[in-house]
Amino acid sequence: MTDILYDPTGEFAPLARAPLAKPASLTGLTIGLLDISKSRGDVFLDHLDHLLSAEGLTVKRYKKPTFTRPAPVALLQDIASNCDVVVEGLAD
Amino acid sequence: MQIPEGLIAVVKQDCPTCVLVNPVLKSIENSGAALTVYVQDQPDFPSTRQAIDDRSLEASYRLHIETVPTLIKIEGGREAARVVGWERDEWRALTGMANLGESLPQYRPGCGSLAVQPGIAERLALRYGDFRISSRELAVPELSDSIEYCFERGWSDGLPVVPPTAERIYRMLKATARAPHEVLGRMPPLLTDCTVEKVAINAVLAGCKPEYFPAVLAAVEAALDPAFCLHGLLATTWFSGPMIVVNGPVRKALGMNWAGNVLGQGNRANATIGRALQLAVRNIGGGKPQETDMSTFGHPGKLGFCFAEDEDTPWTTLAQDRGLSRAQSAVTVFSADGPLGCADQKSRTPEALVYSLAGSLRGLNHIDMINGADAVVVIGPEHGRVFDQAGWSKADATAALHAATRIKGVDLGMGTARGASGQPGDGLSAKFRDGGLTLVRAGGPAGMFSAIIPGWLVKGELGTDPVTREIRA
Repeated sequence: MTDILYDPTGEFAPLARAPLAKPASLTGLTIGLLDISKSRGDVFLDHLDHLLSAEGLTVKRYKKPTFTRPAPVALLQDIASNCDVVVEGLAD
Repeated sequence: MQIPEGLIAVVKQDCPTCVLVNPVLKSIENSGAALTVYVQDQPDFPSTRQAIDDRSLEASYRLHIETVPTLIKIEGGREAARVVGWERDEWRALTGMANLGESLPQYRPGCGSLAVQPGIAERLALRYGDFRISSRELAVPELSDSIEYCFERGWSDGLPVVPPTAERIYRMLKATARAPHEVLGRMPPLLTDCTVEKVAINAVLAGCKPEYFPAVLAAVEAALDPAFCLHGLLATTWFSGPMIVVNGPVRKALGMNWAGNVLGQGNRANATIGRALQLAVRNIGGGKPQETDMSTFGHPGKLGFCFAEDEDTPWTTLAQDRGLSRAQSAVTVFSADGPLGCADQKSRTPEALVYSLAGSLRGLNHIDMINGADAVVVIGPEHGRVFDQAGWSKADATAALHAATRIKGVDLGMGTARGASGQPGDGLSAKFRDGGLTLVRAGGPAGMFSAIIPGWLVKGELGTDPVTREIRA
């Protein structure tokens, strides 16, 4: 007899979500830099900001209140509304 | 199934009282009364001309038959009267037949209905009842092993799990009054709705008995409190995972361990309640090692870490300290690394014992780090006796440990406090924040030891705090 079992998982979509297509060029796009509040993440992002701005690109800076919790919905919506691409600084 | 009008009798051959009343049923039928006889085992057993085979037990289930014989009177589709077993006067009153069963004894008790046998009742409820499982069904392929299938689906923490069948989930959910669809919170890291049903399925996987389920629900609720910061605790590179301490009458009711090998293996309730919480995080939230769980090392207690407190001491219990009474059962969740032993077989005064414990505590996380992790100190019985005999309360011992764990240095941590000279700075700083040391009592009777269980490095507002929840049915 075939056993029927019941899914213990959150049943999020079984199909992998395809990532968005990468832009061919950053020209004219707004780039978000998200600091997750881990130590020295700002040093790395400051440098990146400097390099991108020197190219004449538009950069916006964002910061999570703490790396220990998910980003607040308002912050996610702000980034999604105002940026075309985002760089998130993970780890130490 | 349509419930017939008139009289209904439910019997089985394997019941001496049913055998006894068999001629009575024949008399009722011969009187011209509308009688329907259901038989649970041998369809040809009743002596009546008409008898319905109820080996499926559907009629017995729908009629809530707990004992055979049962005689029921249905009027207008509703039950008007019921007699259980053989009670001559009651059978006569129900049928209106004054001479019924004249030759039989006045009273004989019935036998158990097949419909309420252990294991059968759940099957009938699933087949004929209103109970439905919302989670999606997965058919184990023919010739596959269910336990191996669970491994392949990624539901296991590395040890075999109990396959979550409908009957097992039903029994788990029957152990709580809470609705299966009730949402306890959102389970990180995927922030999926964490329903009572999903927790029940994971409690089945973990090997919980149904009676453990209210404790599992309380633990999951506590862990989902934002103050506990389960998301960060899961994702951290640090060692910690959740640890559950159980207080109150439920400890004895579930047969939990607070004595020898209290932090180790061997007790089903301790092992599976802790495991159920971790499997819920893994499966409901999708928190898996080397994915969102980025722990560098982890520790063995991340398979599940749960124990009960020894409440037979002069000290207040953990739950009392957190605002509950001894009559209430509760869980408290902490972030926890593996335990570290502190041996002191010589101290006979609380002052000397505090010196020993403080020495072990001062080195936690890093010798120069202050205001790092909180710690739970599990005071073993032979160490507890030293405090008790000197009349020290838990508050006395905790205050003394805070004072004795102050260290020289400044809050720079990880060796930098010593600077280029390699010497610590001047002045004493508190190793632990206020409230950062929690003392509980547990352990076996022999051994002048205590156990130190440090927590996650990130605590308080930005990290984790312990959370207590009462266990409710």
